[in-house]
Amino acid sequence: MSDVLLSVRELTVSFPHGAHRVSAVAGVSFDVLRGETLGLVGESGCGKSTTGKALMRIVEPTGGSVSLEGVEITTASGRALRQLRTRMQMIFQDPISSLNPRRRVRDIVAEPLDCWKSATGSERDALVSTLLNQVGIDPVANGTRYAREFSGGQCQRISIARSLAMRPQLLICDEMVSALDVSVQAQILNLLEDLKAEYGLTLLFIAHDLAVVKNVSDRVAVMYLGTICEIGPADVLYETPAHPYTKFLLSAALEADPDAPQNREVLQGEPPSPLDPPSGCRFRTRCPLAQERCALEAPLAREVSAGHQVACHFPLARTT
Amino acid sequence: MSLLDVQNLSVTLHTPHGDLPAVADVSLSVGAEETLGIVGESGSGKTMLARSIMGLLPRARASASGSVKLKGVEMVGARASDLRRLWATEVAMIFQDPMTALNPVMRVGRQIDETLRVRLGLSRSAARARAIELLEMVGIPSPEKRYAAYPGQLSGGMRQRVVIAMALAASPSLILADEPTTGLDVTIQAQILNLLDELQARLHTSMILITHDLGVVATRTSHLAVMYAGRIVETGTTRDVFARHRMPYTRALLESSPRVSNPAHTRLTAIPGRPPNLLRLGEGCAFAPRCGFASERCHRERPELSVPDESSHAFACFNPLEVGR
Ligand SMILES: Nc1ncnc2c1ncn2[C@@H]1O[C@H](COP(=O)(O)OP(=O)(O)OP(=O)(O)O)[C@@H](O)[C@H]1O
Ligand SMILES: Nc1ncnc2c1ncn2[C@@H]1O[C@H](COP(=O)(O)OP(=O)(O)O)[C@@H](O)[C@H]1O
Ligand code: SF4
Ligand code: SF4
Ligand SMILES: [Mg+2]
Ligand SMILES: [Mg+2]
Repeated sequence: MSDVLLSVRELTVSFPHGAHRVSAVAGVSFDVLRGETLGLVGESGCGKSTTGKALMRIVEPTGGSVSLEGVEITTASGRALRQLRTRMQMIFQDPISSLNPRRRVRDIVAEPLDCWKSATGSERDALVSTLLNQVGIDPVANGTRYAREFSGGQCQRISIARSLAMRPQLLICDEMVSALDVSVQAQILNLLEDLKAEYGLTLLFIAHDLAVVKNVSDRVAVMYLGTICEIGPADVLYETPAHPYTKFLLSAALEADPDAPQNREVLQGEPPSPLDPPSGCRFRTRCPLAQERCALEAPLAREVSAGHQVACHFPLARTT
Repeated sequence: MSLLDVQNLSVTLHTPHGDLPAVADVSLSVGAEETLGIVGESGSGKTMLARSIMGLLPRARASASGSVKLKGVEMVGARASDLRRLWATEVAMIFQDPMTALNPVMRVGRQIDETLRVRLGLSRSAARARAIELLEMVGIPSPEKRYAAYPGQLSGGMRQRVVIAMALAASPSLILADEPTTGLDVTIQAQILNLLDELQARLHTSMILITHDLGVVATRTSHLAVMYAGRIVETGTTRDVFARHRMPYTRALLESSPRVSNPAHTRLTAIPGRPPNLLRLGEGCAFAPRCGFASERCHRERPELSVPDESSHAFACFNPLEVGR
């Protein structure tokens, strides 16, 4: 199980902003292992979506390398790139606006098939029906209705069906349940788990909700201001965070339990602008443990326990 | 007598598709320095309930019936001038999107000034001094500088702090906060919730905290009401509603929420289907089409909220769950 499907090294993305550049992703490295769900968490603007889009080349990386089963994506072009893209699919947060409201559900799901001519005629129709059935949309009663006639949860089901049409290996889910109510969110998360098993999918699950990420992820990576602070097995990282930012983030996540422990350390201040990120460690302006070295030197990722890496000069004391 | 007493409040919205019962027969009360949480999924009527308590419904498109008494003063049907006086001094509302409460082309300091001058009749210079004090009180760094900022120059968290400063300007006895932290990041949410806690303790204010986030209500409210399809279906102390709920929807809502403590690939208990269309509500319990405990009666007849027990716990269900199940 532990072979690498997608490998990301020193990925950077910056956007022009007047005379300056917004450093949205600043040297991010991680592997996504075949068959796993890797969660990517962090607060808004930290670069999660940009990372996801850069992997697909929906935005162009400004540096670094991304490879899918050893094939470099950042330099691929033309047909090779399009071929790579069918093996990776992305699902977005806003289920309603990511579907064309004026198209019929069947045609939306068939878009990738039609584009690639990978299935036509009755084969295409049968495949679309199968996909719709699998996501819980009745293809007979609802297949010819328009996307605009569906609720957020149903639109997300349709997006999932479309994303599976080309039988991708990797699904990048960007805040895919964030706009949904809990009862519907639970339906979609369960559906995703079922399809993951059925299709043998690997998932990069991007979300800001720490509870949702914990429920789906084998491993979790935490981002802050364009960098990865910490990555490791989900239970280890949640139980014994090694990066000060992860610790604050987790202590701000409220458990739906009136008897949950209440000794909350609240992180002060707000993240600095990615237009002018701090030198050295990007978290240092808010970090209570920051020392001189943190301003001078960006911390490199290092292993604190098996598969658990942290980018901090002074990682938190390990209790295990 | 409670600070706020709501009896049989109903709100009907007149929509192009027909009359929509957004809030139906809601009764609740909030005592001095209590915090009542209201939870429910999107469309369950939380915002409409808050707006109707405030008397902030569009009169042409909505009609309200029932009674809302704040310190014994009836607000339903009150004259606009009386409502304005109450808004100025007794009750303030904080909305999810701080921009709805702020004027984008006016410096934030001036907006607080105006509120203070209108509500408290302060002079220009006294208002300015008090505005800066308020900005400081809500934790805005360099308040003199931020006084001159436009809302668009502030982050979402800072804007919500400004709105809180305005809401607190006249030390109201009740704050209605409608999803005050919903669009914010968790660490900023924690800052804002702590701020509300602190200010509430300092100013002895009561609060209604509306949210769809069970984590927020679990730790920040003393009492809780669960809404479904415009009605309160269960209410009590927050602890009782979490630990001793009787109404199947309450349980379904709690169980469908992912927990930080769950291991990977935890199967969630999803609620089948989705919330009903309020334009097409049937006779019976609105949850019946999705309820695993529904009996024939549930489809025919609507359960009323039970008489509250000694700890104020009440629920609306014909087949209530065993406690502690
Ligand atoms: N301006 C409007 N016109 C027509 N119907 C409306 C209007 N505003 C709200 N409604 C309807 O009234 C009902 C209650 O809405 P309300 O906004 O109070 O829900 P809510 O619980 O606050 O939801 P959310 O969690 O999404 O904020 C819903 O059925 C909604 O569709
Ligand atoms: N197309 C773009 N042009 C300019 N800046 C952008 C663009 N997309 C994202 N950014 C900036 O990059 C940073 C990271 O954004 P994003 O990846 O969307 O974060 P997240 O998904 O974690 O909320 C933010 O500062 C954002 O404003
Ligand atoms: S490197 Fe320094 S500033 Fe950065 S998180 Fe570690 S201790 Fe804090
Ligand atoms: S009244 Fe019937 S349908 Fe409604 S919640 Fe109770 S058991 Fe379920
Ligand atoms: Mg994003
Ligand atoms: Mg609302």
